[in-house]
Amino acid sequence: MRTPINEMRLTIESRSINEAFSRVAVSAFAAQLDPTVEEISDIKTAVSEAVTNCIVHAYENTSGRIYITAKIFEGGQIVVKIRDRGCGIPDIKQAMTPLYTSKGGERSGLGFSVMESFMDKVTVYSNLGRGTTVTLLKQINGRYSDD
Amino acid sequence: MPVTIEVKNGEVKAILQGEIDHHNAASMRKNIDESVERLRPKRLKLDFGEVTFMDSSGIGLVMGRYNTMSLIGGDVEINNPSASIEKIFNLSGISKIAKICSDKEE
Repeated sequence: MRTPINEMRLTIESRSINEAFSRVAVSAFAAQLDPTVEEISDIKTAVSEAVTNCIVHAYENTSGRIYITAKIFEGGQIVVKIRDRGCGIPDIKQAMTPLYTSKGGERSGLGFSVMESFMDKVTVYSNLGRGTTVTLLKQINGRYSDD
Repeated sequence: MPVTIEVKNGEVKAILQGEIDHHNAASMRKNIDESVERLRPKRLKLDFGEVTFMDSSGIGLVMGRYNTMSLIGGDVEINNPSASIEKIFNLSGISKIAKICSDKEE
């Protein structure tokens, strides 16, 4: 296990108004890596998708807490975990298929696709009836990189 | 979230402002649909020029409006997305159903 050089924890209620707060909080924490505008926007978008999933799916007809941790490692890597104690995902592969949605209507079915294309690595661990953890990893090269 | 509606030449232009996420999309949708139902335009232009953040809820918003406009025989155009918003639209292949363009030269 690598030791992070910095770490933050955040617990929020699964209310949609907190989507904006959580993505801004994580991106503000990431700001110490001097990310580019694009890198910040990528992190914001991916966190927004993961937190929205907790609210729309995990705690669909209930409410609960969403646990967010962000860790920064030597070399500029950020790892964000978004965890819920909601219903869990019965079929993770299906859930991650582009355009698949269990909701229909106005959900695009692209939440995981956005996370995967904006972050370097996305890992999903889910336990039916117990909850889901989404781990997002991104290497921040930042504004002061040579290229 | 504020949506400003402009009507011109049988087209409805909805100028979206601020952040489009799951929380805000619902009220934007309601605003746009009210105008579309009342005016039944040939074209709905969604202007993203003043949108500062968007996640995949924005794609859902466009897809939903495309469905509504199809029912009344009209189409949807996406105007003035920023680079980061266009990145999300490109991921979705939405340009197959809604033209993405700038209308600033008008």
